[in-house]
Amino acid sequence: MKTPFGWTGTVLHINLTTQTVSLEHPDTEIYRTYLGGRGMAGHFLAPHATRHWTDPALPLLIFTGPLTGTAAPTSGRGTIMSRSPLTGAICDCSVGGTLATHLKHAGYDGLIITGHSDTPCGIEISDADVRIVPTPLWGTPIDEVFAHLESSQKHHRAMACIGPAAENGSRLASIVIDRHHAAARGGLGLIWATKHLKYLTVHGTGEVPVHDPHALDETRTDIMRLTAASPVLMGQHGFSEWGTGALFDLMDSRNMMPTDNFQKTRWPHARRCNVVAFHSAFTPTSHGCSGCHIRCKKIARNGRTMPDYEAMAHFTALIDNPDKELALSAHTLCGQLGLDPISTGATLACFREHTGEDFSSTTLLDTISAMAHDHALGQGSRRYAKAHGHPEWSMSVKGMELPAYDPRGAYGMALAYATNTRGGCHSRANALSHEILRKPVATDRFSFNGKARIIKLAEDLNAVVDSLTACRYTFLAASLEEYTKAFIAVTGVSFSGQDLLEIGERIIYNERIMNAAHGFSATDDDLPARFFTDHGTSGRGIAIPPLNRDEFYTARSRYYRIRGLDENGLPTPDTTRRLGLDR
Amino acid sequence: MKQLCDMYATKLVTQGLTPPNAPLIGGLDAELVWNRQDPRTDEFAKLFETLSINSLVFSKPAEPYATILDFLANRTQQAIRPEDTETRTFLHDIPICREFSASAMTTSLKKRKAVIIPGHGIISCGTVSPEQGFVFYSSTIFACFVLFFSDYLNQLRAGTLDDEYRDAFATAVGSLPHPHTTLPNLMPGPFPDEDTALAAMAESGRHVVGYGLVDSFFGNISARLDTTLFISQTGSSLDMLEGCIDPCPMDGSATTGLTASSELSAHEDVYRRSDFDCILHGHPKFTVIMSMSCDKTDCPHRGECHIKCPECRSVDGIPIVPGEVGTGPTGLCNTLPPAMASSGAAIVHGHGLFTAGTRDFKEPFEKLLTIENTCRSRYFSLIESYEKTS
Repeated sequence: MKTPFGWTGTVLHINLTTQTVSLEHPDTEIYRTYLGGRGMAGHFLAPHATRHWTDPALPLLIFTGPLTGTAAPTSGRGTIMSRSPLTGAICDCSVGGTLATHLKHAGYDGLIITGHSDTPCGIEISDADVRIVPTPLWGTPIDEVFAHLESSQKHHRAMACIGPAAENGSRLASIVIDRHHAAARGGLGLIWATKHLKYLTVHGTGEVPVHDPHALDETRTDIMRLTAASPVLMGQHGFSEWGTGALFDLMDSRNMMPTDNFQKTRWPHARRCNVVAFHSAFTPTSHGCSGCHIRCKKIARNGRTMPDYEAMAHFTALIDNPDKELALSAHTLCGQLGLDPISTGATLACFREHTGEDFSSTTLLDTISAMAHDHALGQGSRRYAKAHGHPEWSMSVKGMELPAYDPRGAYGMALAYATNTRGGCHSRANALSHEILRKPVATDRFSFNGKARIIKLAEDLNAVVDSLTACRYTFLAASLEEYTKAFIAVTGVSFSGQDLLEIGERIIYNERIMNAAHGFSATDDDLPARFFTDHGTSGRGIAIPPLNRDEFYTARSRYYRIRGLDENGLPTPDTTRRLGLDR
Repeated sequence: MKQLCDMYATKLVTQGLTPPNAPLIGGLDAELVWNRQDPRTDEFAKLFETLSINSLVFSKPAEPYATILDFLANRTQQAIRPEDTETRTFLHDIPICREFSASAMTTSLKKRKAVIIPGHGIISCGTVSPEQGFVFYSSTIFACFVLFFSDYLNQLRAGTLDDEYRDAFATAVGSLPHPHTTLPNLMPGPFPDEDTALAAMAESGRHVVGYGLVDSFFGNISARLDTTLFISQTGSSLDMLEGCIDPCPMDGSATTGLTASSELSAHEDVYRRSDFDCILHGHPKFTVIMSMSCDKTDCPHRGECHIKCPECRSVDGIPIVPGEVGTGPTGLCNTLPPAMASSGAAIVHGHGLFTAGTRDFKEPFEKLLTIENTCRSRYFSLIESYEKTS
């Protein structure tokens, strides 16, 4: 097969049961239909969508995109995908660090891992050399795994591993990459654990062929100019300077800060624990994913990973903890144990509402540790709350705990939380961009007016972004217009931005089809009851009433119509056929 | 959606960008709605079926813009490429669509945010709100205006002007509105409290737009009150600033300025270097045109003037500095503050004019208007002098 520009044309299969390795060269049409990243992973997951998450035949997929490893800004990302042990739905995580870039340079568009090793193992990839090796690292905390791998490997390489949380069966288990990055959500670390896979290292030395380097350089300049002009990315209060923790003050000032398990939406201690205070206390430096100039990741002077906004808010306001050191310790512990900080924080908040007791520094860290060691809380808030007869304590959608944006303060966010295929996720439609950050323009955050189509279009766009692949944050400044130019420059394939959006639509619908096969329907596209019954915290001229349930359902119905689903949120034969998903 | 469609149709008219009753604005959530009935909506409705958009703005522009657009489009094969900052940063180039059909417009809109249809007008679209289409429409008009008048001067200098351009120029000039010569009665300072400062900012913003000193949404306004800088939010409309001003502590104790204008750093540095209390930033058209006017034909930086111009240029002592939007290495945050601190005003190449004052917005507004009128006068004086020698 003639190697296409941008893509390598090769997908690597590893079967841990048979300990075999094979190569697949997908038809060019598959690349044109699904692009890469989230799209390609979804395509390869679809035939196995109904397998239980403990089934060894359920694949774990890691895919790069056509832009990965090129000079296109922020393109060093990839997707890890499988079925979520936490929600039962499909689950993908866009991951940074160097994993996707090394995989691409090693010659692979994607890696599909199936089977189950009899003994704990690691996978070590160096270009064409692929090895499955037994490992004594099972049971080892994540920082020790990285220290061991770093000292035992010759070259700098991408590294990913799971920690004790996954090994002990927590559905909140993450996969940690290059120490500071993670596929955190949905418990995908538990899929690794069921396969007895402890770690993966990848070292790639190849080049990614680019069709028109000059055109890529030109559009790179445009994108860099746009990000430089973006207050939220490169401004003095932006992500580049402070990390996403920069959102902390903004969320509180907009009365959207989830506090006391979403019982309030402002936090009296917010100023004490804002990102400026965190930086003053821990003097972090900047760190970025491969190929990124924004460098939003922050590393404390002593090497600890600083929490992103969501973790920062959940380990402070959500559990009413004004102790910054304790919040950072909680986040660090999640990193060592391999726990998703968002779901961990939200589950702790659920637990706190149940017990009515505040955490001390000891009980907080002890409880997190217990979550990674066979404690009921390690199964997530939904199972915990249900077991105690109060499902309403779990602030989750489809069983995935909500991040730190109260939906009563942003109605598009509310709709997006409910309808996205992954569950309680803010980034699938990124309604924050227009409802709060004013990009591309501001919308009325207290209205469902027009939001159904906005959410649908944004979901399609972000599916494209996750498939090219690029960082969603860049799209707070640049647009698909610039990235389409980058795509054409890299691949030589003359798609328009609209062509790419159609692929995004297909990707989402494919995920909807898989979820429907898992039994998901409109019942699951809903929010916790609290948001429809309780006021948030009003003040400073901003009223936060409960969401109107009828208006919410009307907007959801519109979303279904626009998405081409039936009134129960299920795929229809017509749309399935139109998008070529019936083949 | 209907309310939004109506709102931006009204804005296009009141800002003099289109004739009355000309704008057609469509918005789609589950149902497609228009600001008014028009036989062309059937054709435009097809765009919603083929493009992933939720809104569309179409209108024939008012004069002189209609003349300018048609002239530029007739001289261009596929797309015009103005070199002002708005085009460089946001539009890149502006395609020409020569067929008034949904399929032809779709092809063009798949590539760019706004498209010129000669003889018909401009079409632009959005994925979030009709506001996007309004901004792209307005930016297209601004960019074409600057290109048209800049190129005329350049061709006159080079001796390459033809009669067709002369005719179009005469028509366009004949439609130019007279310059404002009287000042608005702005609130006097110093501002005793936050509420008064915010009200003064909103009032100044309305007048900056009303006087035509800023296009679309791309100017900004700030005021310093004690140790807090209040500044208009990014992408805010200067004539609708209520609720769209961010307080930014100058001691850096909070990041509430995350949604502030991209020029926050530049404003803050101006205040740090001076005793000014108020700053206005607009994009007066002839100021932008004159900032790009240069008779140096052998300059090695030609094409990169906006970031590399090494000359100490000025208009009546008001410095013209290079610099791009934002905080990048070639950002105007590096060049503007020192220039502003010394003169209280500075022009950024291809971008616009910043003016500052103490106490209130009277002084910066007067500077803004005076410099624009000076630049307009200089422009036509230059034209006249070249005409005489040609």
